Amino acid sequence: MTEPLIFELSKAGRRGTTLPPMDVPEMNLDEMLPPEEIREKPAQFPEVSEVDIVRHFTRLSQLNHGVDTGFYPLGSCTMKYNPKVNEDMARLPGFAHLHPYQQEETVQGALELMYESDKYLSEVTGMNRVTLQPAAGAHGELTGLMIVKKYHTDRGDHKRTKVIVPDSAHGTNPATAAVCGYDTVEVKSNQYGGVDIDALKSAVNDETAALMLTNPNTLGLFDENIEEIAKIVHDAGGLVYYDGANMNAIMGIARPGDMGFDVVHLNLHKTFATPHGGGGPGSGPVGVKDFLVPFLPKPLVELNKEEDKYFLDFDRPKSIGKIKGYYGNFGVVVKAYSYIKGVGGEGLKHASENAVLNANYLMRALSKDYYLPYDQTCMHEFIVTPKPYKDKGVHTLDIAKRLLDFGYHPPTIYFPLIVEEAMMFEPTETESKETLDDFIQCMSAIAKECAEDPEVVTTAPHNTPVGRLDEVTAARKPDLKWEPSN
Amino acid sequence: MNYVPNTDKDRQEMLTAIGMSSMDDLFAHIPDNVKLGRALNLPHGLSELELSRHVQNLSKKNSNLEEFSSFLGAGSYEHFIPSLVNHMLLRSEFYTAYTPYQPEISQGTLQAIYEFQSLICELTGMEVANASMYDVATALAESASLAGGQTRKNKIVVSSTVHPEYRQVMQTYAEAQGLEIIEVGYSGGVTDLAELAEKVSTDIAAVVIQQPNFFGCIEQVEKIGEIAKQNKALYVTAVDPVSLGVLRPPAAYGADIVVGDAQSFGNPISFGGPHVGFFATTKKLMRKMPGRIVGATVDDNGRRGFVLTLQAREQHIRREKATSNICSNQALAALAATITMVTLGKEGLKEMATQCINKAHYTYEQLTRIKGVTGKFNGPFFQEFVVESEKDIETVNKGLLKEKIFGGFPLEKYYPELKNSSLLCVTEVKTKQQLDDLVNAWEGLA
Repeated sequence: MTEPLIFELSKAGRRGTTLPPMDVPEMNLDEMLPPEEIREKPAQFPEVSEVDIVRHFTRLSQLNHGVDTGFYPLGSCTMKYNPKVNEDMARLPGFAHLHPYQQEETVQGALELMYESDKYLSEVTGMNRVTLQPAAGAHGELTGLMIVKKYHTDRGDHKRTKVIVPDSAHGTNPATAAVCGYDTVEVKSNQYGGVDIDALKSAVNDETAALMLTNPNTLGLFDENIEEIAKIVHDAGGLVYYDGANMNAIMGIARPGDMGFDVVHLNLHKTFATPHGGGGPGSGPVGVKDFLVPFLPKPLVELNKEEDKYFLDFDRPKSIGKIKGYYGNFGVVVKAYSYIKGVGGEGLKHASENAVLNANYLMRALSKDYYLPYDQTCMHEFIVTPKPYKDKGVHTLDIAKRLLDFGYHPPTIYFPLIVEEAMMFEPTETESKETLDDFIQCMSAIAKECAEDPEVVTTAPHNTPVGRLDEVTAARKPDLKWEPSN
Repeated sequence: MNYVPNTDKDRQEMLTAIGMSSMDDLFAHIPDNVKLGRALNLPHGLSELELSRHVQNLSKKNSNLEEFSSFLGAGSYEHFIPSLVNHMLLRSEFYTAYTPYQPEISQGTLQAIYEFQSLICELTGMEVANASMYDVATALAESASLAGGQTRKNKIVVSSTVHPEYRQVMQTYAEAQGLEIIEVGYSGGVTDLAELAEKVSTDIAAVVIQQPNFFGCIEQVEKIGEIAKQNKALYVTAVDPVSLGVLRPPAAYGADIVVGDAQSFGNPISFGGPHVGFFATTKKLMRKMPGRIVGATVDDNGRRGFVLTLQAREQHIRREKATSNICSNQALAALAATITMVTLGKEGLKEMATQCINKAHYTYEQLTRIKGVTGKFNGPFFQEFVVESEKDIETVNKGLLKEKIFGGFPLEKYYPELKNSSLLCVTEVKTKQQLDDLVNAWEGLA
């Protein structure tokens, strides 16, 4: 089942929409534009009718699996249910149809929402101020490291050129450090999956700008040495950066600020239930401790208490500057605000508790058929591997593809890199015990197939819209766009 | 609201199954020192009815673009959004999916992105485009990084007619990456070619302009390109995609990298975000491009399918050696843009652009007939233009606000020399009546 390209549905003369007739005197383009700048050949956009378009995109949507379609235990991505009311709130004309350059007195509601969101996210993370400007998690990381850089240079400390990341870190951590002009120093994990304290001690020095850390880490384990880790880095003059990808494990239970972190980024599209949209738009707010507030991007929303008026404060001389146009992905922030308001402080904690419960329940059950490399209480996610079926020639990828046949989205695979053939499951709190039990049965049935009939697994998927795709040819001979035939 | 389906009974059964007796046991291994040990100091939750009421009331504290007649542009544009766009965006198989890592169950997202890339290439005339960027400002910043890496030079020349916020974002990135940004002044509302020629030498990595520029004016793109090429600098342009309905594509004047914001297609302005940047370039630079790219291929039965490709550039494979740290794009906003572009179609795009330019010119003619209002620059423009007022422009805008009109953007904020100058934008969504109302309201200001 494949769908033609929209271009292949085109027929000369069809229209998808029309505009009202021009109601001002019309001039020729060459009366308004230099002749050489006028487009000669129009862009070859398809010519299709409204019903063609609606059916095309409806069919495309049916080729997708989303959280609303079914279970989506993609580790580190927190694919929780996205409440519908939040979608409606972001579409209110009073939010969706605001121009960023309207006079401040005409956007007081939007500024209040941003101001309150800053306060809420600060409380959840144990930070003092939060910027809402970064557009995604990786963008938040970049913002955070720029703040770190500015802090050091502001103190006249120009020696700090290195950022430490554990070998279990998300790929964005070293990539961000590099984009920010830092060299990356990798430290090994210990046998429990945590930061190796001795390795860290020998890695830090007066060139350390920061340590980037996820806690719980990418194995889904809480690093119990976190206070000591933070102290080691602080004693060396470095800062400690919190990758908030795994924040869904600890809301209302522990806070990065209390663990000793100086800078935090959050993923509103993970922890705060805004949809991932097939890969964005996300939002990656960054929180900092007091001493770093001057470096936050500008503007911040402030409240003039005397006049009871919110305003955008651009007068921030030590700020790293602007990191994105305007004020961030405001529409996404509206959804997160609505989520926090809806569930409240107790609801956030309830979410994390149940996320951790679901993960531990699933981990225990799956460990009967799969190898559990770190056998301890996990947080919101965990790792198992198909090691018992290695001699049958079954790999993680095969199990992932086999899950597709049963209507499940697979776990994150081959990550973190420190576990061979890793499968990282994150069930989230919005899945019921029944869903987990069904999934456990399915994983158990696949395990049985691995042992008894491995070929059905290694040749999967068998009933998806397309089969395994030739990614090698895709990369060697890139076909990245439709080519007009004329 | 509570979106957790587990009941107390479920929880007890699950705890028993894992050998625990209470929820607290799940967190027993977290050191007490770092435990919060108190409730979060946040408001209590609300029911959906209370929540909607609260958020709606908050939204009503704003004056929105449906109730007010706005002449603000400056990078965020009001254009017609066909109804079908939102209906398609609300297909939750699209919006509740993640990045398409498993292509077999993500063909919808992947094909839509491939169509987006194709449309952006058609529009710009470029050979390749990526799956989208956060916005045009960050796309420009990434283009500077690419240029620095590609040419092994660290100076970027940027026209001061590029949107001030885009330049600020470029500056922020450049500082972190050790790139130097050199600005070139303007003359008559467009890049000063003499100053440009003076500042561009062979140690420049890229020349960056905007077409139409921040003032709405049409730049001399051919001549700027020649200066860039002569000095082996990459030529980067930020374009308004709607303008390409009437303006020639940047490939035709030799651009190496073309960025822009497709917010104009199907995405509400939303107080400045989410918007959707695009990034298009040549095959030569394809493997240096930041962000996700979708390619067509075949499955094991020879059926056409789509995958994320050229991933050897990206952070999850290359880690510290990646071309960018970008992970997500703006897929759903790109989907809105895709649907809108195909709904407009070949004729509709040209029609939209033609209406914008005509309505803007009509408004310019009418406004500049008012005593004390003059055109600031004399050159050709698309849908935005600058007028200078004898009156204080903030006062003018306050007066217009009383008539439920958002006046233009006061340029003095970013260009101190442009006192009492206002950047106005007129698109196809304005009726002649609204344009005349603006003129009458402005004229009537005491």
